[in-house]
Amino acid sequence: MAGGAMPGSNEGPAVSRRGLLTWLLGTSLGATLAAALYPVFRFVIPPEVGEAPVNRVLAGKLTDLPANSGKIFRFGSRPGLLVRTPDGAVRAFSATCTHLNCTVQYRPDFQNIWCACHNGVYDLQGKNISGPPPRPLEAYKVDVAGDDVYVTRGA
Amino acid sequence: MRILDRLWRALDERLDLAPLVEFATHKEVPQHRHSWAYYFGGLTMFFFFVQVATGILLLLYYRPTAEAAFESVQFIVTRVPFGWLIRSVHSWSANLMILAAFAHMFSVYMMGSYARPREFTWWSGFVLLLLAMGFGFSGYLLPWNELSFFATRVGTDMVSKVPLAGEWLLKFLRGGEEVNGATLTRFFGFHVAVLPMITTALLGVHLALLQRQGMHIPEGLEEEARARKPLRFVPNFVMREGVVWLVGLAALAALAAFFPWELGVKADPFASAPAGIKPEWYFLFMFEALKLLPAHVLGIEGELVGLGVFSLAGLVWFLVPVLDRGSQVGHRSRAFVVLGWLALAYVVSFTLLSFAGVFK
Repeated sequence: MAGGAMPGSNEGPAVSRRGLLTWLLGTSLGATLAAALYPVFRFVIPPEVGEAPVNRVLAGKLTDLPANSGKIFRFGSRPGLLVRTPDGAVRAFSATCTHLNCTVQYRPDFQNIWCACHNGVYDLQGKNISGPPPRPLEAYKVDVAGDDVYVTRGA
Repeated sequence: MRILDRLWRALDERLDLAPLVEFATHKEVPQHRHSWAYYFGGLTMFFFFVQVATGILLLLYYRPTAEAAFESVQFIVTRVPFGWLIRSVHSWSANLMILAAFAHMFSVYMMGSYARPREFTWWSGFVLLLLAMGFGFSGYLLPWNELSFFATRVGTDMVSKVPLAGEWLLKFLRGGEEVNGATLTRFFGFHVAVLPMITTALLGVHLALLQRQGMHIPEGLEEEARARKPLRFVPNFVMREGVVWLVGLAALAALAAFFPWELGVKADPFASAPAGIKPEWYFLFMFEALKLLPAHVLGIEGELVGLGVFSLAGLVWFLVPVLDRGSQVGHRSRAFVVLGWLALAYVVSFTLLSFAGVFK
């Protein structure tokens, strides 16, 4: 301490009474604030709802799906896209565009998969071929049993 | 009149109101060739008042659930007497408010009014514009139609790209992983409680700063402003602003009556995004630019680059009072004048070209 305490005095630069009280007040205000804000911070995010994971759905009927057409089906809480290619093959993809989460559609006029939101285009293998989508559409496994088309995830 | 006099005296005795009246009668607005620009802020506030009034009316019938929202707006516009008018005015006034706010912002920028000592007015105005866009984005979803459903999917998905906090923000905004009824209820809460509360408080700050500092006279017009007689705020400026508000009201009434706002088709989470889908016009300049970006730029996802650039541009725009060093000593830098014109040219041209259908 320059010119502060007298030489030889044992009044060190230790915490003053005022400083200690201010620190205690400050920390308790901080703790009160944290105790109030933490529940708020947690409250605004909803709890995970225990949903049974859907891995296989009946996506549609083969007879409703002529060649060169597409159809949106429910895959749990998300939309999937069933495509019947012009040569009759049946394919299934996630219908959620990898760009910004829009729902894609089959374009019979161009024979590709198109997202109307930002003009993204995928080919019939789900590969992103033009526009902003950065990744291919997630592909699903398709089983045809008689007239029923089943779609399985993660196969 | 004697009753009014006595009422005034009674109030003044108790509340000491005379200094406020004194302030109001001595407040002056400088006059120069660009003083027309002083009316845009007030016009924006007028549309905000219209929003508050019509918004409260819509609350009487609106129901914020995925099952009932679309039907309740349909009920408002088809069955409730003058419901079509109230809803149409609310939608149109929202758009005119954003338009007036943009006019206000660019005129303030071009006149260099953000310069020291008015930095806080610029910053509060910037946040007010963000809040206005937040009102637009949250209100857009409330009728729960096809367009607004996908606009919300896209808009909230953009938020998820924010580094570190993205996933948390996405769940916070959507009320879960997907856009559904939980999102609608949340957006309703933001739209009618959170945003109005913050906006009203910040608007109070914005106006208080203005009263404290008075109107800014643009660089180079000081002589002209000194030579011309300033306008008294009460009653002259107030009356003129009143005329501007009447013009705003006339435009609003005409638009609302002759071009009633459409309701569209009810949202279906299991339908494809419809062809020709677009966000509100005040997001078009960003929307079209993001569409032009390729999937990858230098190995980074295109839209990440785009969103990063827009965030950075917003930050620069916000920090202009600090970055424009010259403006702090009364001489704004040429570079920032040019930046302003470039920004204006980009926003206006992309918006108009989008309307003209130049972008596929």
